[in-house]
Amino acid sequence: MTEPLLFELSTPGRRGYTLPALDVPASALPDDFAREDLPLPEVSEVEIVRHFTRLSQLNVGVDTVFYPLGSCTMKYNPKINDAAASLPGFTRLHPYQSERSVQGALRLMFELQEALGEIAGLPAVSLQPAAGAHGEFAGVWAYHQHRGDAARDKIVIPDSAHGTNPASAAMCGYDVVTVPSDAQGNTDLAALEALADDSVAGMMLTNPNTIGLFDENVVRAIEIVHNCGGLVYCDGANMNALLGTSKPGDLGFDILHYNLHKTFSTPHGGGGPGAGALAVTPALEMFLPTPLVVRRDDGSYGLDYDRPQSIGRVRAFYGNFGIMVRAYVYIRMMGADGLLQVSEDAVLNANYVLARLRDVYHLSLDRTCMHECVFTDERQVEYGVHTLDIAKRLIDFGYHPPTIYFPHIEHLIEGAIMIEPTETETKATLDGFVEVMRQIAREAAEDPDLLHNAPQNAPATRLDEVTAARKLRLRWTPQ
Amino acid sequence: MSNIPSDLRYTTEHEWVRLEGDEAVAGITDYAQSELGDVVYVEVFEPGTPLTQFKPFGVVESVKAASDLFSPLSGEVLAFNQALEDTPELVNDDPYGEGWMMRFKPSDLAELDNLLTAEGYEKMLAG
Amino acid sequence: MSYIPHTEQDRREMLAAIGVGDSKDLFTDIPSPYRFPPLNLPAALSELEVSKLAQKLAEMNDDLDHHPSFLGAGVYNHFIPAVVPHLMGRGEFYTAYTPYQPEVSQGTLTAGFEYQTMLCDLTGMDVANVSMYDGASALAEAAIMAVRASRGRRTKILVSSAVHPEYRQTLQTYMQGMALPVQEIGFDPEGPTGGRTDLTVLEKEIDDQTAAVAVQYPNFFGVIEDLAGIARVAHDAGALLIVSANPIALGLLKPPGELGADIVTGEGQPLGIPPGFGGPFLGLFAARKKLMRSMPGRIIGETKDTKGRRGFVLTMTAREQHIRREKATSNICSNEALMALAATIYMATMGKQGVREVAELCFHKAHYAAEQIDALDGYSLMFRAPFFHEFAVRGPKPAAELANDLSEAGIIGGYDLGRDYPDLRDTMLFCVTEQNTRADIDLLVEVCRA
Repeated sequence: MTEPLLFELSTPGRRGYTLPALDVPASALPDDFAREDLPLPEVSEVEIVRHFTRLSQLNVGVDTVFYPLGSCTMKYNPKINDAAASLPGFTRLHPYQSERSVQGALRLMFELQEALGEIAGLPAVSLQPAAGAHGEFAGVWAYHQHRGDAARDKIVIPDSAHGTNPASAAMCGYDVVTVPSDAQGNTDLAALEALADDSVAGMMLTNPNTIGLFDENVVRAIEIVHNCGGLVYCDGANMNALLGTSKPGDLGFDILHYNLHKTFSTPHGGGGPGAGALAVTPALEMFLPTPLVVRRDDGSYGLDYDRPQSIGRVRAFYGNFGIMVRAYVYIRMMGADGLLQVSEDAVLNANYVLARLRDVYHLSLDRTCMHECVFTDERQVEYGVHTLDIAKRLIDFGYHPPTIYFPHIEHLIEGAIMIEPTETETKATLDGFVEVMRQIAREAAEDPDLLHNAPQNAPATRLDEVTAARKLRLRWTPQ
Repeated sequence: MSNIPSDLRYTTEHEWVRLEGDEAVAGITDYAQSELGDVVYVEVFEPGTPLTQFKPFGVVESVKAASDLFSPLSGEVLAFNQALEDTPELVNDDPYGEGWMMRFKPSDLAELDNLLTAEGYEKMLAG
Repeated sequence: MSYIPHTEQDRREMLAAIGVGDSKDLFTDIPSPYRFPPLNLPAALSELEVSKLAQKLAEMNDDLDHHPSFLGAGVYNHFIPAVVPHLMGRGEFYTAYTPYQPEVSQGTLTAGFEYQTMLCDLTGMDVANVSMYDGASALAEAAIMAVRASRGRRTKILVSSAVHPEYRQTLQTYMQGMALPVQEIGFDPEGPTGGRTDLTVLEKEIDDQTAAVAVQYPNFFGVIEDLAGIARVAHDAGALLIVSANPIALGLLKPPGELGADIVTGEGQPLGIPPGFGGPFLGLFAARKKLMRSMPGRIIGETKDTKGRRGFVLTMTAREQHIRREKATSNICSNEALMALAATIYMATMGKQGVREVAELCFHKAHYAAEQIDALDGYSLMFRAPFFHEFAVRGPKPAAELANDLSEAGIIGGYDLGRDYPDLRDTMLFCVTEQNTRADIDLLVEVCRA
């Protein structure tokens, strides 16, 4: 890759924009406050277009390759979602316009709240959180308000959890207690029993869990926590397996956050934006962030700020509305049968990959999986080949690698290769991927250096992360 | 096999301590640096900070991991090994020598009895 | 459901390979009473039907393309060059995720490095991350970072009541989580510093427990704060200064870094992101180098690949939740990367001269509007301190009534400050940008006069 940076392309006096002339008398500029220099680049429009187009070509995305990044649900994103979200009647709305002037937007939000409540089996919904972790923070806060009980200072979290779970609990002032997974990858009920006392405010559980397995102990685990007076939070990162196959609310969960951008198909944008809607039981509704969208008696839609028990706000305005439009359009196009088909095919695809690779890659837990399957590098380690090498070699064949080294559960899963195909991939795509994974397993035995030196067929070879972290260069400076 | 000098004392969290007059020097063991991988950053609390045995005195980071550093003895921080600011790799290259992390003033040498000997530490690593 | 590609034949073959007869058999781990519950959702629509539905909902709204608007209050109506949506919409950017695999993510990483550089230059800071959720949560995270940087020795945050009300509410929620106190500092109601944070009160309330002072620049009333003065008070007490800045204003105003800020946050929406009914937006976050280890969020660094070519990677990752879990500097994972890309393209396109020119257009037009309205009978500017592109006006009637009058004339009026400030009843906050023509402004003045 040889693309120069904007700053290197910059030429004094060059412009990439035009603006209208000033049509009012000029006022005196506030010299005391005015800056002397604004050191931004000066480039023309054509240079900008070529620069960013070339940069885009150094990336891969779902639109260009199979992207089985486990836990991230990189499904294809229907273009109608974006077309709808780009309508000026949505993008050119100010959040503080009168309710009367934004009825279409409010109705969309209200109907999305209703649909998300139905899918989760948890009827009260806030759309405010901007991402999954943001939803966790708001949700754990709802716990705290519900409890109003300072003596309960612990949140129980499984060893397989996403890092955001303990980080969110800590942001709410809780101590984190880890509950181990049992030999089948479920919550260890005996260990949970031992932890469950009146110091426990609640438990955060990902279901299906990060190993891609439906936790067979989930109902019992929830009972144990409820019996000691705690609430149970569902990290909904893996909802793509549960659409119409089971409702977290039915299983006993009190709170769930969705990742709208994963399950309901919004492009992930190189890291965001997402949206992390929160669904809770009726008993917890009063604690949700303000405002909620409500339907008034006259049939109009409004924003309800009068919620004295609410945890308050976790951000400005109402949430990532643009992502809500995409999720809404997606749900309306799929309907109940379509959503069930999404989960059935997501699970089918993961089990197909599992079935076709199990003889060449190690499975720590040999069970029917849900929407993703987790292999490890155990059989390749003897050739000096590790998960990282397998991932980098996949790049040579034009695939985005799976999620690697997560989950990490000591003595159970080390060197994880977590594959989430999603429902939008054809059998032919999966067959192609499986053949390459099998070839890589052969190469690991026959020519390990091929893997150690991978990728060779990419815009960059392996990058030196150690030097990047030791000699920090976090912004461009003139040489 | 990792290097465990016989003249040092150790914590179960893989820190070592060496007495030098009425001061002491601490760092992490050869085993710890190899588990962490390439060390990219070390931070020690500023001089004057009080230390409690087995409580944090700073943090060490590699690209893929981060770990608190636990003080082998109570006392007070005297100095951070400034060389680690630009060359944290000294921790990997010479963990008991140039890769030392903190110089401090111990307040209670009786606490040495709470630490592992080289033999005890080796036994612990052997599991 | 054209994006579920399997045929029944595909499914049969795959089930055979798995060794089960029916795809329902893959769900037996779900306890049977809970398996396959009915979902009560509206019937599925075709793409044609759903696009008509979306169109209908969109057209029920009065949008800024059809109505001149003088509404700001944290969301600004700026012109967005066509290259911004065009380039950020490229599938390779848009449908990628976090650049965990740098060899196939150099596009995202390089643009992110450019963003960090430009944000540092704009704010006068040393280090920037590649985005927080929005301006409000960025400010809240900065406050927690200030407490962390003091290693918990200082726990209190002083926040100006001239900071956006929703930002203060968000700050409150975040700080409560860790049982940290927040105290508000009022503003001067009148005189030449009217509308600015009250320095006398600040001096009185700040103490050795104060981790940081948080202000907005320009503040919620559009007023340009005396950052240097606030910085002096904060630093004398050993506290940090957090500034939530409007990035377009920084095209004209001195960068907070030059005036003593330690952490600069802000809402990046004015940089090429549409008002979008409040999101997705872009949380700006930059800080001085000495604080960088306490920063939340993702940070990109320069390095080389094995062939010695320049490349970029995520770095300083050991601060983050996926490694440090409950000891992480924040729980943030998904961020607003695509919005940061929009801001990068916007800043590149407008560039050195364009961002300044936009800021000047806003400044001049807002001052023209303010003078005209101030001259009307019954109307007067609420504050006399210098302002940027927003100003508060006390009128002869309740703001809600004025808003209705404006609405009947087809104008989206300003923000009713009585919503948040009981003393500012009958006061409306107007915003003027380069989108407002002289004709728009003259119409606004006419309706106010009537």
